[in-house]
Amino acid sequence: MDKRITLKEAVDMIKDGSVIMVGGFLACGTPDKLIDALVSKGVKDLTLICNDTGTPERGVGKLVVTKQFKTIYATHIGTNKETGRQMMAGETEVHLVPQGTLAEQIRAAGYGLGGFLTATGVGTEVEKGKQVLEVDGKTYLLEKPMKADFALVYADVADTKGNLVYRGSTRNFNPMMAAAADVTIVEARKVVPVGEIDANDVVVPGAFVNYIVEEGA
Amino acid sequence: MMDKQQTQEFIAKRVAQELKDGNVVNLGIGLPTLVANFIPADKSVDFQSENGFIGLGSVPAEGKEDMNIVNAGGSCVTILPGGVFFDSATSFGIIRGGHVDVTVLGALQVAENGDIANYMIPGKMVPGMGGAMDLLSGAKKVIVAMEHTAKGNPKLLKKCNLPLTAVKAVDMIITEMGVIEVTPEGFTLVERNPEYTVEQIQEATEATLHVAPNLKEMVV
Repeated sequence: MDKRITLKEAVDMIKDGSVIMVGGFLACGTPDKLIDALVSKGVKDLTLICNDTGTPERGVGKLVVTKQFKTIYATHIGTNKETGRQMMAGETEVHLVPQGTLAEQIRAAGYGLGGFLTATGVGTEVEKGKQVLEVDGKTYLLEKPMKADFALVYADVADTKGNLVYRGSTRNFNPMMAAAADVTIVEARKVVPVGEIDANDVVVPGAFVNYIVEEGA
Repeated sequence: MMDKQQTQEFIAKRVAQELKDGNVVNLGIGLPTLVANFIPADKSVDFQSENGFIGLGSVPAEGKEDMNIVNAGGSCVTILPGGVFFDSATSFGIIRGGHVDVTVLGALQVAENGDIANYMIPGKMVPGMGGAMDLLSGAKKVIVAMEHTAKGNPKLLKKCNLPLTAVKAVDMIITEMGVIEVTPEGFTLVERNPEYTVEQIQEATEATLHVAPNLKEMVV
């Protein structure tokens, strides 16, 4: 099955109020074409799950500037002053999450786990409202899985079945997010026929992927 | 007196001495990043970048940048031979799982029991914790590299009053004044920059400074 769709078909699926998770770390490994199309479409009241909010000019930061998020879950917002301003002004609900915890919450959702125990955040504000458990004398927080309606992920090369290959540090949150949403849309720099990617080199199995948008197409 | 840049380089050089051959090390943004410039040629240290690789190399020459290889601050860097790329779940498995030997971070405040605050000033600066909470809870050794005071105000306190990044996490603090270890007794001064007396260092420190019996001179 060829999973390719057009950019328009991809963003048509995303409605006001959708929960989206977007790959990338300071916009490196972010599906830029999908972000630009969401800016053009003007969908509102989205919930974002992303490592950071990029910059006002790059990555998901563009959608912050256009005020398309109602709620944001991120580990770091310091590179986009507009996110901080909206948070302080009470315009956008921002939840700050430790980076390893966010990565694992997404992984847990995609991998069928009910949550996990981590020592990260014990004794800090992150602990508030969470179950604290002691296991073999060590204190942990119970962190729950985090899933989304849509995962918008980037890949360097995809085959038409959605098997994905990465380059450099673009991988970051993309592989876990691909598994953790009802619908996963990949933006690939290049799409190749099945068989062109060596099965040994695949980072994300196509089983996690629903649709592919080719960057140049 | 050292100027700001000299002070930062002095601290970074002393931190570099703490790193051992074969260590996997994560450097925070700002002053800690400078540490990479002072690793002696006879030591091999692997730098971990929490956005997804080990083998962080230097900044590429102009025109040679690869936009697919950036550090945790978003700047273009390089990867060294023997390096490896991975996803964020693996990256934090490496961090939480105790596979990072040393993490070097800055701080706003450190308390004598090892508590650290370095990610927010309520109502003023709320950038988020990024990977700092995981690094503090998972790395085998935590070194705080920072200037001893902030505009003359002590940062080494009896108790932090800013929101904590981690509880009882800091092992060592390296400043332009000296090297301080966090011990069951509290802060212990183990090395002193000869430019300062013990009294001057105590004056710049809110908590009681215990002086190690074998107090050494800080040499970089």
